[in-house]
Amino acid sequence: MAERLLDISDLSTYFFTHAGVVKAVNGVSFTLHRGETIGIVGESGSGKTVAALSLMGLIPDPPGKVVEGTLLLGDRDLRTMSDDEMRGVRGNDIAMIFQDPMTSLNPVMKVGKQIAEAIVLHQSKSKREAWRMAGELLARVGMPDADKRVDQYPFEFSGGMRQRAMIAMAISCNPDVLIADEPTTALDVTIQAQIIDVMREMQAQFDSGVILITHDLGVIAEISDKVMVMYGGRTVEYGPVDEIFYNAHHPYTWGLLASLPRLDATEKARLTPIKGQPPNLITLPEGCPFTARCPHRRPECRDQWPKSEIVGPEHGVNCWIPKDERVALRAELPHFKEPAA
Amino acid sequence: MPDWDEQQKNPDRDVYGTASVTEADKVDARRTDEVFEEAVEESTKPLGLWADTWRRLRRNHLALVGLGIIIVFLCIGSVETVFYQAHWHVRSSAEAAAAKAPGYLAPYDPNAVDYALSPQGLGAPPSWSHPFGTDYLGRDVLSRCLIATRIAMLVGIIAVAIALTMGLLLGPVSGYYGGAIDSIIMRIADVFFAFPYILFVLLIMSVLGQGFQNVFIAIGVLGWATFARIVRGQILSVKSMEYVEAARAQGAGDLRIIFRHVLPNSMAPVYVAVAMAIGGAIATEAALSYLGIGIQPPNSSWGLMISDSVNYLAAGNWWWLLFPSLALVTTVFGFISFGNGLRDATDPKLKE
Repeated sequence: MAERLLDISDLSTYFFTHAGVVKAVNGVSFTLHRGETIGIVGESGSGKTVAALSLMGLIPDPPGKVVEGTLLLGDRDLRTMSDDEMRGVRGNDIAMIFQDPMTSLNPVMKVGKQIAEAIVLHQSKSKREAWRMAGELLARVGMPDADKRVDQYPFEFSGGMRQRAMIAMAISCNPDVLIADEPTTALDVTIQAQIIDVMREMQAQFDSGVILITHDLGVIAEISDKVMVMYGGRTVEYGPVDEIFYNAHHPYTWGLLASLPRLDATEKARLTPIKGQPPNLITLPEGCPFTARCPHRRPECRDQWPKSEIVGPEHGVNCWIPKDERVALRAELPHFKEPAA
Repeated sequence: MPDWDEQQKNPDRDVYGTASVTEADKVDARRTDEVFEEAVEESTKPLGLWADTWRRLRRNHLALVGLGIIIVFLCIGSVETVFYQAHWHVRSSAEAAAAKAPGYLAPYDPNAVDYALSPQGLGAPPSWSHPFGTDYLGRDVLSRCLIATRIAMLVGIIAVAIALTMGLLLGPVSGYYGGAIDSIIMRIADVFFAFPYILFVLLIMSVLGQGFQNVFIAIGVLGWATFARIVRGQILSVKSMEYVEAARAQGAGDLRIIFRHVLPNSMAPVYVAVAMAIGGAIATEAALSYLGIGIQPPNSSWGLMISDSVNYLAAGNWWWLLFPSLALVTTVFGFISFGNGLRDATDPKLKE
């Protein structure tokens, strides 16, 4: 087994607002090994980004706070670190790629300088040396004319180029853990494919662990090893990517998969949405947050959170429906029916 | 028929009339698509903030006039500053004439008293030797106006520099950290705004005592609140930008984030405020000197000259009111109109 980089257990992050306590992340656990990619999927507000920011210690406090859980980076506890130690971790051990490359580069600073900044912050390198490395990094993420580009400002870059620059910034200190928060959402489909390729390459070269946050199941299928499905701040299902796509056990996962457009659909077929609204995170039920929208809900769902049930190799699901019944229900769903041969 | 023998003797002679093909023609003889692509690249090349600002400022004639005025007065001010010291102690007109150095703009020693030039103690009207006339002590008004430019420019620049420094330290702290620190700094700023301006300067001057430097300090200290407010407002919007969070995710500390990432992105309205504030500081200095608590005689300042002249106005001495007033109005107008133009030019919403 590869080296374990991150061990997160029972992470809960709440925001204490005037309207009430927002339970953005509620008892999330996972582990990340070297060379592994974990995809976190879920709709907006399901707690994906907050979980990632909690790891980075970037939850704005007040109003936010990590209220529970152990966050182990190797054998160091991220929660007990001082601000100074945390600054040493950010960018160095854990780096982050942000969603919108148009706004996540400083418009008045040369791209090379922004990449060099992380190197100067964490490694005892001279500015000149850092600048040279910035050029190399840009070339490495596939930027054409890297030595010229390094001396330019972000406004001279296209969206895809900026995201490449963001990736160069993130990998500049060879981090163990790379968090990519919807890295392709703001890009064209063709550029998305390029960026995914770059990320995959970088991961192979640096052998880091990647946490990929997205709501795009296509991206997940392409580069993830494991998938964590989140809903209303909770992990509803967790497992290897093939298990999640072909042997899903949670009604929410079924809904996600069913809502995808299909190549083999007939011309008039409509997309299948998950009915209802995303949950209000202040008035979440004690039990499963998906209860209100779940077509198979039961009386016990609302009041108690089910224990994780192992349903396959490294595949866990949190659902009150008994396993046999789930399998039977799933067989009825059009999405899981074998296509007629 | 070409003359072949002639051509042998003088091979440079243009027998075929081809010498009219210039270098420029040769350049344009490149492949058309190449030239075209280059032209497109040139025209679509995005401009930086300052190039873009200058391009728009250039069309604003009033702002250009303002810029011209600023440059002229700054030049006068710096020439006078460089050469003034040599003449500091020259007192009499005779000595002044003897010491009249080349390159020194003022034709006479501004402080040289000559009663011969002030019949009945009322000064002399403009003449060829004294184009702006002389005042009640026979001092040359032109020289005094020129030397006062130095004071005006110094007050404008130094006072605003003091105000800007304070504003750029307190504003970011206030905006970035928020909470109690923000409230305290901003309430103090409110107090500074609430006080009648001249009264407050009077108060500070009476605490510090009269003197050249104290004028700078008093006006400077009063100006910080304006800059702090502008910077704070900018920072409130810039600090929630994603690139600030990205910098934090890189492990940058607060100081680095404030001064490397947030502040440089908050500066555009500050430049405008600086231009305006310099004009304001010059006007305030004139007002203080007019009230007798600014620049002290025998040093010269536009406000002081206006104040001197007012008592003699009934006798028809228009020239020592008119010229310093003109200089003051022109300078302040220059800074304000340039500041206005700069604001329009840096406003991305005001696209042509």
